[in-house]
Amino acid sequence: MSDIKYLPGKEPHEKEHRLIFKNVDRQGWDQSIDTYLKEGGYEMLKKGLKMDPKDVINEVKTSGLRGRGGAGFPTGVKWGFIPPKNTKPVYLICNADESEPGTFKDRYILHQDPHMLIEGMVISAFAVGAHTAYIYIREEFPEAAIILEKAIAEARKKGFVGKDIQGTGFDLEIYVHRGAAAYICGEETGLIESLEGKRPYPRIKPPYFPAAMGLYMCPTIVNNVESLCHVVHILRMGGEEYVKLGTPRNSGTRILCVSGDVKSPGYYEVQVGKVTFRELLYDMCGGPKDGREFKAVIPGGSSSKILRCNESFKIGRGDDAKDLDFWDLPLDFDTLAAAGSMAGSGGVIVMDDSRRMSWVLNNITHFYAHESCGQCTPCREGSTWMRKVSDRIADGTATPKDVDTLEQIAYQIDGKTVCAFGEACSWPVEAMIDKYRDELIADTSDDNDFKSPEREEAEKFLSLT
Amino acid sequence: MSSKIEVPKPAAIDRSAVKYQDKQESDACATGSCGCSGESQLSVLEKNVHSPVTPGAKNFPCFKVTPELDAEANRRIAQYPAEQIRSAVLPLLHEVQHKFGFISPESIDWVAKKLGIEPMQVVEVVTFYPGFRQKAPGKIHVRVCRTLSCAMGGSYELMEKLCELTQIDRSQEDGHKDTISVSPCGNFSVEYAECLASCGTAPVCLVNDDFHEGITADKAKALLEGYQS
Ligand SMILES: Cc1cc2nc3c(=O)[nH]c(=O)nc-3n(C[C@H](O)[C@H](O)[C@H](O)COP(=O)(O)O)c2cc1C
Ligand code: SF4
Ligand code: FES
Repeated sequence: MSDIKYLPGKEPHEKEHRLIFKNVDRQGWDQSIDTYLKEGGYEMLKKGLKMDPKDVINEVKTSGLRGRGGAGFPTGVKWGFIPPKNTKPVYLICNADESEPGTFKDRYILHQDPHMLIEGMVISAFAVGAHTAYIYIREEFPEAAIILEKAIAEARKKGFVGKDIQGTGFDLEIYVHRGAAAYICGEETGLIESLEGKRPYPRIKPPYFPAAMGLYMCPTIVNNVESLCHVVHILRMGGEEYVKLGTPRNSGTRILCVSGDVKSPGYYEVQVGKVTFRELLYDMCGGPKDGREFKAVIPGGSSSKILRCNESFKIGRGDDAKDLDFWDLPLDFDTLAAAGSMAGSGGVIVMDDSRRMSWVLNNITHFYAHESCGQCTPCREGSTWMRKVSDRIADGTATPKDVDTLEQIAYQIDGKTVCAFGEACSWPVEAMIDKYRDELIADTSDDNDFKSPEREEAEKFLSLT
Repeated sequence: MSSKIEVPKPAAIDRSAVKYQDKQESDACATGSCGCSGESQLSVLEKNVHSPVTPGAKNFPCFKVTPELDAEANRRIAQYPAEQIRSAVLPLLHEVQHKFGFISPESIDWVAKKLGIEPMQVVEVVTFYPGFRQKAPGKIHVRVCRTLSCAMGGSYELMEKLCELTQIDRSQEDGHKDTISVSPCGNFSVEYAECLASCGTAPVCLVNDDFHEGITADKAKALLEGYQS
């Protein structure tokens, strides 16, 4: 790979290991199929379509690939959930909704390397037996939607999409479907409802697991853009080789998206678990801005729990347990889960000591209050209450008791809702209060006496009678 | 040691994006401004989808079914199984909004007929998704990302600057129904967006369909000027 030249100033860091982002910011690279073919593109499609679909699934299982969309569920296992005696059509959906705050990896794949995604989708569709696939792309990527449609048309012309692909008898149509700026369309069952032309109210699971009852009540596999691209590389390397990348149970590479208060924010594709926070934020991102110190990090998109940079953690159980400083935590699925947070979608948001936590919390609660789909009461009402209470804390009009109220609201949401948005909106609040309670309380005052307009009305009424 | 560093006061959180106030009722019809009758068959739904006239209306033609629109709609509908064409509601609405600037009651009627569903089923969709608007934006519509990384990078200040430059008054916005504000001249409009998936190059914004990164408040003027030639 050493012969690849990147645009000046956009060269990958030496600790990076580029598979998915191999062609991102590459000199002389464009989105056309000719460029992709010149680099050996679509060879894995040809190889895959000659295999038995079961062997493709097994290869993906062997690779240990875990979904890159947020939940980290093993992709091969998910593919195996399609009911064996199924007679209905099977659908493949590529989740290109990329809406988790802090995440910006799919954007570059869609804009700069659309054919890698299409190749991955054809192989995946073949493996699961789908003949129709949709790319659900967020509305805010208008240019990418055009690029994709053009790329699909090019691929069809060359016989990589459409009827009888490469003479193998396998048919697949791929369509682009644009969303309309709603975060909840990233949740797979919300996405399916949206694709059916309805409000994207997530479905309750069980029974509506997409692999059995998905789009039009047919078996449906929903995978993230990055996950589908990994399939190409798994076929190229073979599952056995791929699993050697990264660490046990956390194989392969993943793209970490770093934003916020660092010298060089950006995307870094690394072997999962081979890079610690220290390496990522100091060596790769250039450390804190001048005169500042790192304070806190949200490790996997805004829904993951915030970590303090001066915390330490006990990772592992029994004899294997180790004490690790925040800085020595490797960024893999299992370690971050053990540290009480999650690797999520790979969106690392960094805050330095110039940030007031009540302000950060307030920004986050505004996001979730805006994006709750409103289907279940704890989430709809709770997210709005959290927004209102955090407004007061950020404004300095709250009392210390409000912090407790906020915490109680959060704990009454998670685990009680139809979809994981309930956790997504309450975890950041719970973690923020858990880790920065003193700082939040310092922004409140016992002298404050907040009264809602309703209460003021009521008091006025009572004093009149 | 960190306590010695003075913590600057962050920009006040911009709450205007999530104010929930009763929408002002207006008698004017969405399309009446340009001389057409503005009549819709949707009397029951009129209230729900009622779109106040904005100065941006001058930028867009009245809703009309053209052969191109119909052909594009048919092409979109063909992407879904024959018995599932309701799926095409988002694509059709995108087509309408792209050509006519916003979703009018008449266009809802048309989409419903085209897909063989009730107009209410289209209204449901239009009123849920922030990506659909029910009133005309400016010729230059700016969507500023307000989520965490962009807010830290200065997107609230960017919004303020944009409003100052274009004389936009955002005080009438509410959180869900009415999220865009149009300048008195009708050329500009602004709206907050949630994370646009480019947090590493914050603050970012979309101007019509063009994406711009690293737009701090001091670059607002140049950004708008780029669209005025
Ligand atoms: C509230 C919410 C938002 C989500 N947003 C996204 C998203 O924007 N993109 C994505 O790929 N997955 C998102 N997911 C995860 C999907 O539901 C689903 O797990 C994923 O697309 C599966 O793909 P994977 O197995 O390849 O990760 C979201 C989940 C939840 C609960
Ligand atoms: S948890 Fe929230 S987002 Fe999910 S279905 Fe319930 S209301 Fe909707
Ligand atoms: S926060 Fe603005 S692009 Fe993500």
